Amino acid sequence: MNRVLVVAEHADGRLNAAVAKCVACARTIPDSEITVAVLAKDGGEVAAAAAALEGVARVLLVANPSNEPALAAVLAPQVAKLAEGHAFVLGPSTTFGKDLMPRVAALLDAPQVSDVMAFESATRLRRPMYAANAIATVELPAGRSVVATVRVASFQAVPAGGKAPVEPVTLDVELPASTRFVSVTAARGDRPDLQTAARVVSGGRALGSAENFKLIQGLADKLGAAIGASRAAVDAGYAPNELQVGQTGKIIAPELYVAVGISGAIQHLTGIKDARTIVAINKDPEAPIFEVADYGLVGDLFSLLPEIEKLL
Amino acid sequence: MRRILVGIKRVIDFNVRVRVRPDGSGVVTEGVKMSANPFDSIALEEAIRLRERGEADEVLAVSIGPTEAQQQLRDALAMGADRAILVKADAGLEPPAVARTLLKLVERESPRLVLLGKQAIDDDSNQTGQMLAALWDRPQATFASKIEIQGEVARVTREVDAGLETIEVDLPAVCTADLRLNEPRYIKLPDIMKAKKKPLDVVELASLGVDPAPRLKVVKLEAPPQRQKGVIVRDAAELVAALKQKGLV
Repeated sequence: MNRVLVVAEHADGRLNAAVAKCVACARTIPDSEITVAVLAKDGGEVAAAAAALEGVARVLLVANPSNEPALAAVLAPQVAKLAEGHAFVLGPSTTFGKDLMPRVAALLDAPQVSDVMAFESATRLRRPMYAANAIATVELPAGRSVVATVRVASFQAVPAGGKAPVEPVTLDVELPASTRFVSVTAARGDRPDLQTAARVVSGGRALGSAENFKLIQGLADKLGAAIGASRAAVDAGYAPNELQVGQTGKIIAPELYVAVGISGAIQHLTGIKDARTIVAINKDPEAPIFEVADYGLVGDLFSLLPEIEKLL
Repeated sequence: MRRILVGIKRVIDFNVRVRVRPDGSGVVTEGVKMSANPFDSIALEEAIRLRERGEADEVLAVSIGPTEAQQQLRDALAMGADRAILVKADAGLEPPAVARTLLKLVERESPRLVLLGKQAIDDDSNQTGQMLAALWDRPQATFASKIEIQGEVARVTREVDAGLETIEVDLPAVCTADLRLNEPRYIKLPDIMKAKKKPLDVVELASLGVDPAPRLKVVKLEAPPQRQKGVIVRDAAELVAALKQKGLV
């Protein structure tokens, strides 16, 4: 049996949607038994949500005021302790998981595989390299624990419907005080989460200003979509960093992706290539975004956006 | 001596369109331009700025890789690093081994801050900084977009999924640079000449007692599946009709 520990990401008492995708990934490991670890201040709701995920055998709940807000240096020694006896330790390839999991791997003296796209067997998996210009097949060492981050865009979330037991755990681990949370700024409001939204409307540099960037909100509202941005738009200050889609931002796989005024640099395309349907609106018919778009519309976005909104 | 240690990895240049070899054994490197990993250049720029602001006395650039990586270290010296060390190793050293090698240098050089790129653009692992911090048993501040040093504490703003997070870490610590930390300066010709006089030491990986054996095996590389080019629609009405037909809106 392959015992798999999935580290739960959560905030404000809610389980991050990426966790259901990590469980989906864990289920593809042959003969897996899946445990979800919730490290939180109290974590009751998060643990209950994790316990409901199909395929989860049990949830370990480590309640400790030091666990929120999440700091890798504080969580890592606890996760390493929980990981004992597990063949795999998985976390999402979000900034939370990318920050935490290598620290866990080092404490376990285990190798890490980043951005797992698929397990071909219990010892073989696939992951992207070179900004996803190459897909590597990687063979894992036998008889050694492996840490991995899961490329969430590659997996469909498991549904809720299970009812795994939640086991409170007390860990005898010394936690460092040398890292301290100060603040976080977030301004998502009530829009869907970019990383897991079914529809995403993204704006690029062609929008021309932070003021104009708001023009895509109307279309996003009509579609019930999350808002994203190209690196160029973020660098120019039109949109905040957390909206960046692409190699160094978020890698997403929505049902519908609408790129507005985005030329389609390779790093941006890396972030959207798993989208089911891509729509591109751009005035330059030679823009690389049209090479990957299912539907391309060449024209002035400032006149096209209101037209499209009216037709929806 | 308040020292900042910066890691520099030699990688295929950012602007090169990477191609997988037909036999799947790797990517094409013949005649391909090599450069410092862009995130490492950002880390170096930040270290130089910290020294210029009086928060550091020395910037030490370190590369772990082939002999040719001396070129990237010369560039680092021209940019403003004070000295450099090349640890000679085969390409393809895995992040845990890189972290252990850096730890050996950290023990020798006692830096106040280690600044690395958040990831290298070849293997895209995003592991080394965090692993070094764990092995060193020191704090980490990854994905930094702003670094302020106040006495023995660094206040770091991080680019996280939710937005911008600020944390405080006691020094020494490991910090990894994200895209918007700064824009690295261009190297000027006189600086290249001056850099030739700066010290660049070469040490063998074996002399540091680090086991370079990989634990993972890359069996093959493949080019990713290409998306099919779609259709160009005439106008907004045709677009919306097509999306409605597919049940997407």
